Amino acid sequence: MTGLLEVEDLHVWFDLQDGGELHAVQGVSLSVEPGERLGLVGESGCGKTTTALAVMGLLPPSASVAGRVLLDGEDILAGGESTIRPHRWVDVAIVFQGAMNALNPVRTVASQIVEALELHGRARGAQARAEAGELLESVGIPAGRGERFPHELSGGMRQRAAIAMALSCRPRILIADEPTTALDVMVQAQILELLDALCRDFGLALLLVTHDLPVVAQLCDQGTVMYAGEIVERGSVDDLFHAPRHPYSRLLFAATPDLDGEGDEVASIPGAPPRLDRPLAGCPFRPRCDSAFSPCASLRPRLQTVGDRHAAACHLNGVPAEAAR
Amino acid sequence: MSVNGNRQLLEVEDLVVQYAVARGLIGAVRRTPRQSVHAVDGVTLSVRAGELLALVGESGCGKTTTAQAVLRLVDAVSGTIRFEGREITRLGARSLRPLRRRMQIVYQDPYESLDPRLRVQATVEEPLLIHGLGGSKAERTERVRAALARVELSPPELFLDRFPHELSGGQRQRVAIAAGLVLEPRLLVADEPVSMLDVSVRAGVLHLLNGLRESGLGILMITHDLSTAARFADRIAVMYLGRIVEEGAAREIVRNPQHPYTKALLSVVPRRDPRDRMRPQILSGETPDAVRIPSGCRFHPRCPVAIEECRDHDPLLRRPHKAETPEHRAACILA
Repeated sequence: MTGLLEVEDLHVWFDLQDGGELHAVQGVSLSVEPGERLGLVGESGCGKTTTALAVMGLLPPSASVAGRVLLDGEDILAGGESTIRPHRWVDVAIVFQGAMNALNPVRTVASQIVEALELHGRARGAQARAEAGELLESVGIPAGRGERFPHELSGGMRQRAAIAMALSCRPRILIADEPTTALDVMVQAQILELLDALCRDFGLALLLVTHDLPVVAQLCDQGTVMYAGEIVERGSVDDLFHAPRHPYSRLLFAATPDLDGEGDEVASIPGAPPRLDRPLAGCPFRPRCDSAFSPCASLRPRLQTVGDRHAAACHLNGVPAEAAR
Repeated sequence: MSVNGNRQLLEVEDLVVQYAVARGLIGAVRRTPRQSVHAVDGVTLSVRAGELLALVGESGCGKTTTAQAVLRLVDAVSGTIRFEGREITRLGARSLRPLRRRMQIVYQDPYESLDPRLRVQATVEEPLLIHGLGGSKAERTERVRAALARVELSPPELFLDRFPHELSGGQRQRVAIAAGLVLEPRLLVADEPVSMLDVSVRAGVLHLLNGLRESGLGILMITHDLSTAARFADRIAVMYLGRIVEEGAAREIVRNPQHPYTKALLSVVPRRDPRDRMRPQILSGETPDAVRIPSGCRFHPRCPVAIEECRDHDPLLRRPHKAETPEHRAACILA
């Protein structure tokens, strides 16, 4: 099974000012197939945004990257900027949380899209302007509003404009990093509906990076749960909710209040994630886990298949034979 | 300390708060009329001792301004605010001072609200010093320890000498709550108390607030998160454009909403269970500007069921026909 986008054993380290290193992403592998919607879920500091930025080749110079990012089988990380550049925005595009930061405050929204189109040689002049108008319309911005400056638009409209800009080269994969986090529920619903429609209508694959489990449950087919720089579980969103095989996934759902779950015990997970600037022994979730047993302290669990497209990194699903000795 | 028979701690009636809009130099030269934002436009609510009221709404609906007016951090244009049975709407700074310690606020962002240079001990002790309470140094330290124990930062010795940067987000928010509790308030206003925290620690802070409520504290929680309100509040009041459009027991509001705005808001809350496919009823546009409040029912331009009459008739909060609990109120002529 070859995906459209495959991340293989990705590691990212950041140099720290005190000379140390922070191992932010610790061997992440994931794959996105054409038209698929994958949710990458985790709490702050788990490495989900770093993973997304590594795929885009947008990490700061203080980061070192190892592993492979395959696009249609070609390793786009292999040659650094020279191999990523032809694909960035063209095949893979990203939308960030703060749409205001993604837009140039002194240029109108439409002119920024025209610039993106011209820069990538997609269209020029009148044709580029017409295409920009179409793009804006496809994300629900009436044509006339494109002539406004970002600050003249509401938060929801700005996020739409940022999505239009990301789509200007008709990429096949859209990475959306917390696309609705700063928005009100009603505007969030509008943006989620838009992403849903874009995936459906353009066959766009979506990698949705978020801390918000219910958003993933509603919008995505597949989910990947990250903790302390690694993937602890992946599977269909249905499996993750109804048959989780890692205690963190189960506890994270249990910590999320639901509108109808008035009788549910909403419980927080005690403790905090481990520091990633020192080596980890055993399972990184062990200190907070309610089901830890002896192998968890010394042996780091590997992601193992537990069902159809379902994998978890937990010793509860079986301890490797060599360690049981 | 019950003040009157039904132990109302906070009673707000017909509260109006307006802000002047800056008209800028050109506006001043042209003498364009000054405009004002009707941030809060006739809000009535109450909080009993031992009750948690969630004030829910989208940004700009006036929920935070309502809370600020209750705490007398902004002035009301009209209306009354009664705290422990006493009207405080127009009390001066001197008379307010002894009341301030009985009503405390916890802000949204514990990364911003704590002084990074102060150790936990100093942060929690500061309100005592400001209010000249707590007696000797030893007595104050004892009260700081007790406050830390109440927010489950135990043993307190482990936290007294730490700086905010040495604490997790959840622990910081607990310190902020402890700094409010050290004065032993009767009312706590919690403005989005968990929205900046990681999902895994939110519930802990909410359970903590719940425990404080059970011990008799009245809590006014401002939130945009209906799931949290549904699970942790006794009552929910939904605000839209400066007004409360619906209120009632939390369970009733979630299960039997009567105002079209509440219905729409509830329909777009993402559910945890992927099988629970939503049928979102998405309203177009965003909350209109509070400078130009629509005529009649202020929700009518976005309302999916509005009728002709809604353009002129400004509905009052009243018991809806399909109410299943006595306290349920909605401001809609169709309800």
